Amino acid sequence: MELILSAGIGALTASGVYLLLRPRTYQVIIGLSLLSYAVNLFIFGMGRLRVNAPPVLDPGGVGDLAQYTDPVTQALVLTAIVIGFAMTALFLVVLLASRGFTGTDHVDGREQRHD
Amino acid sequence: MIDWLHHLLIIPILLPLAVGAALIPIDERNRMLKGVFGFGSTLIVFVVATILMHVAANAGNLPETGIYQLGNWPAPFGIVLVLDRLSALMLCLTAGLALAAQVYSMARWHTAGHHFHSLFQLLIAGLNGAFLTGDIFNLFVFFEMMLAASYGLLLHGSGPVRVKAGLHYIAINLAASSLFLIGVSLIYGVTGTLNMADLATKLATLTPENRQLVETGAAILGIAFLVKAGMWPLSFWLPPAYAAATPPVAAVFAILTKVGIYVIVRLHFLIFGAAAGPSAGFGQEWLVAGGMLTIAFGAIGVLASQAMGRLAGYSVLVSSGTLLAAIGLGHAGMLAGALFYLVSSTLTISAFFLLIELVDRGRDAGADVLAVTMEAYGDFDEDEEEEEIGVAIPGTMAVLGLCFCLCAVLLSGLPPLSGFVAKFAILRGLFDMPGADLTTAMSAADWTYVVLLILSGLAAMIAMNRIGIRTFWASIEGTVPRVFVIEITPVLVLLAACVFLSLQAGPAMRYMQATADDLLNPLSQSERVLSAPRAGGQ
Repeated sequence: MELILSAGIGALTASGVYLLLRPRTYQVIIGLSLLSYAVNLFIFGMGRLRVNAPPVLDPGGVGDLAQYTDPVTQALVLTAIVIGFAMTALFLVVLLASRGFTGTDHVDGREQRHD
Repeated sequence: MIDWLHHLLIIPILLPLAVGAALIPIDERNRMLKGVFGFGSTLIVFVVATILMHVAANAGNLPETGIYQLGNWPAPFGIVLVLDRLSALMLCLTAGLALAAQVYSMARWHTAGHHFHSLFQLLIAGLNGAFLTGDIFNLFVFFEMMLAASYGLLLHGSGPVRVKAGLHYIAINLAASSLFLIGVSLIYGVTGTLNMADLATKLATLTPENRQLVETGAAILGIAFLVKAGMWPLSFWLPPAYAAATPPVAAVFAILTKVGIYVIVRLHFLIFGAAAGPSAGFGQEWLVAGGMLTIAFGAIGVLASQAMGRLAGYSVLVSSGTLLAAIGLGHAGMLAGALFYLVSSTLTISAFFLLIELVDRGRDAGADVLAVTMEAYGDFDEDEEEEEIGVAIPGTMAVLGLCFCLCAVLLSGLPPLSGFVAKFAILRGLFDMPGADLTTAMSAADWTYVVLLILSGLAAMIAMNRIGIRTFWASIEGTVPRVFVIEITPVLVLLAACVFLSLQAGPAMRYMQATADDLLNPLSQSERVLSAPRAGGQ
């Protein structure tokens, strides 16, 4: 499981960074989204991977803390997802505004000659 | 009495947040009303910040004052707000700049788009939160709040130039936020804590493998802040963005780079201070090298700038570089001078950003930009607005010229104003090595820093002279700019603050010295945070 998760994070980050460096605004926004998925998974992984362990304490009694997974990282991921989502939406608006002003989807607002 | 004072700490965050939200439903046609509410809120924050500074200076080190437990949970588990001399200083500086920028904006710039005053309040709330919080993930949240508001403010006034600069600014900051999260979660994964004070105590007990992971996390985190602070290879977005922003926005953005510096100062001394064992001083050499390259890049940029907006943008970089390198060199005596420099240079650059547009207004290029903005949003109510604002002051050019001269003196660090005092204090701290021979005690990096610091001042002076001569001594083809009293007053107030800082340099330096001493003694600070009692019980 660790291998799958780390490979997944790696693949997402690599694709994200590649797209982030591309000249089209649409590629940039997809790159940023992929990057934020990778980061969310990474945060989640930092709470250690556990299967069949709840993050919320049992109401009947706490029992052994070793039976639970770390709830903090899950809370952090939720926060990061919400903020990341809002920022992507905001970026999308600016992207459209740029398209409207310049008539191109190049990040610099003008086509490069050798393109 | 103590209780009442205790809750003051949350006001700089809650009040602007509430006012910012409350202003959203008010119709845009009542923007003077919105402006007055916004101004009132910032004024209250300023007063509170002044009181907090007083508290921090006198009783700041007691655990009972200055630790605010949100949710009333004790420190390592609950999130705390921490007041100390440094955060109180930054709160005061932010509120002061914000007041000036807000008054300025009410003359005409807040008409250039929607929700200016709401965004402005949210920016202040985010900034204050970032200065006060004692938890690194909470810092991320406040950072994002501040950034979200700053995106809106940068785009205020719209137009292709701002949208293009905004696009770049948002993209780089989103990428930096990802790095921020990676750094925070890596540190959490290893140490199991997000509380800054707790982190400082945990670091000394780590195994070597874990230490390496924490250092990696801290380095990634550092990059996120250095992007914000504008260190050289990460700073190409800054000059165009700041030059494109509307003047009141650019003026308050002068503090945004300082947020990056603030966090680096805080975390660097808290986590990698003298108590950190083998990790002590981690990353210093990078700060020194990066800072010096930033000074050099900024100084070249200052010399090469045609427009004043870009010149001011590059001055921001010079100021950042000076601070970063001073932190990195790590001489205890320099820190107080660096903090003084931070305050002085932020006030100066902010005043300069406000002044630029007033000066440019008489020239064609500037008038064009303004005309484009007005066109984009329609100047349907501009005519009545102008009558209602107030009288245009006589002798405009003389006043503008005087302000410009003061800015030039401050930026280049010439005596007698605070820019000189600041640089002198930094250099004095560097040379102040009791009982050691200077020729052997000072490293090559130290000497390079001295040279760069002085040369950057020279570059600023040359550039300011050139632009000043071109603007004020050349025959004026255009009309004399029409400047309102409420536009020039904020500039004068900010410059007066610099003059005040020069006159009161003694007490100010004592405050900075006490701040520096606090920073250099991180364990007493963590103890204070961790031992703070819960309110109303055990």
